[in-house]
Amino acid sequence: MTQQPSQDQALQEYLLRLADSALILGQRLCELCGKAPAVEEEMALMNVALDLVGQARNWYDYAAELEGGQRDADALAYRRDAHEFRNLLLVEQPNGDYAVTMARQFFYDAWHYFTLQALVNAPDERVAGIAAKALKEVTYHLRRSSEWMKRLGDGTEESHQRMEVAVESLWRFTGEMLTADAVEQHLATAGLAPDAEQLAADWQGLVNSVLTEATLSLPPADAWMQQGGKTGRHTEHLGFILAEMQFLQRAYPDAKIW
Amino acid sequence: MQKSGNQPRPIPAPLEQPIIASDRVPANVGGEQLTETQLWQLLDEVKDPEVPVVSVVELGIVRSIQWLDNQLQVAVTPTYSGCPATELIEQQIAAALMQAGIRDPQVTRVLNPAWTTDWISDSGREKLRAYGIAPPQGSASKMTLLGHAEQISCPHCGSSHTEQVSEFGSTACKALYRCIDCLEPFDYFKCI
Repeated sequence: MTQQPSQDQALQEYLLRLADSALILGQRLCELCGKAPAVEEEMALMNVALDLVGQARNWYDYAAELEGGQRDADALAYRRDAHEFRNLLLVEQPNGDYAVTMARQFFYDAWHYFTLQALVNAPDERVAGIAAKALKEVTYHLRRSSEWMKRLGDGTEESHQRMEVAVESLWRFTGEMLTADAVEQHLATAGLAPDAEQLAADWQGLVNSVLTEATLSLPPADAWMQQGGKTGRHTEHLGFILAEMQFLQRAYPDAKIW
Repeated sequence: MQKSGNQPRPIPAPLEQPIIASDRVPANVGGEQLTETQLWQLLDEVKDPEVPVVSVVELGIVRSIQWLDNQLQVAVTPTYSGCPATELIEQQIAAALMQAGIRDPQVTRVLNPAWTTDWISDSGREKLRAYGIAPPQGSASKMTLLGHAEQISCPHCGSSHTEQVSEFGSTACKALYRCIDCLEPFDYFKCI
């Protein structure tokens, strides 16, 4: 028998999903520090990462409060193991070539944008406030990654080919963003999570239009989708990200002076 | 000849006794007598660490100052969620108030309503321009955010013949532009 989670528990779980996805993608982007293809791209990637890490902290702060204050944002980010992370599988995928980096960013940004747009109207002031702040930033992210889809997709023969491969290889991780489980359905009825059908329709609409303009093939709508990130079943990549990201906090817990 | 500018700072002699705040700042010496206008003027002296020509007041990130149960409460909103200067700004605001004799001021972070470049004052915009950063143009409407052509003037020569180099500049709040006439690159304070 499964017990219906209380609204606070469900919200806390959902906030961790939002925070973890932002944090892990931020961490992934930071791997490109010093290695980006051009200096402007490096600044852009690091700025996007910074926005995402900042947003993650805002969500973690609230999640920690709902939990009762035993753990703070740092503990949530640095002291949980892979199976406790609730991020989307998409964001933990490796950077690959720049087509993969930008296709991953675009799929996430589009989902992030429509998700935040719904959360801006949440009846919870904290959720609405964090979302409104983040939405301004994510609007920029989406604009930029959409442009890159078009530039690479409708670019040279090679960039087109690489983007086709990137879209195809990442497509199977997009399904879980658009399917609501019990936690999200429960919250959606209270206006604390987006309506899954609306989110899927908005996301699909935007992705179709950008891919079409980018002269890229649309993956089949009934493609098989990998699930699991939201419930802590991750791909093999997450452990490596955490090993690097959490090393310092794990080796020197609560260190105040480095 | 004495060089100006790059002199190393003298290292302060070690203190014989630890200084605690109350030794240096007598509690409430005049602090509570400050009027609201004086408090705003005081915070207008606190500069943004990233762009040290504009104050936190001119940037519009100080949202309110009020006394509550004998404690001064200052509400500050970050420009961006991940702005790395947020904590430093909060500390500097608290330090400025304590130096003015206000005991234990409370600086709280508010996210809602989200900061917008519309809150940057006219004097702040002018100082940004003089510093070489093109101030945000127009208001933060959705049209601007969605990338409809913005005409950004070069802060150096005033030409409107400019091009975007990157949507992101040296900090999250700026984009990188280049003037086609005077060829100088410059930062543009993004409109959000």
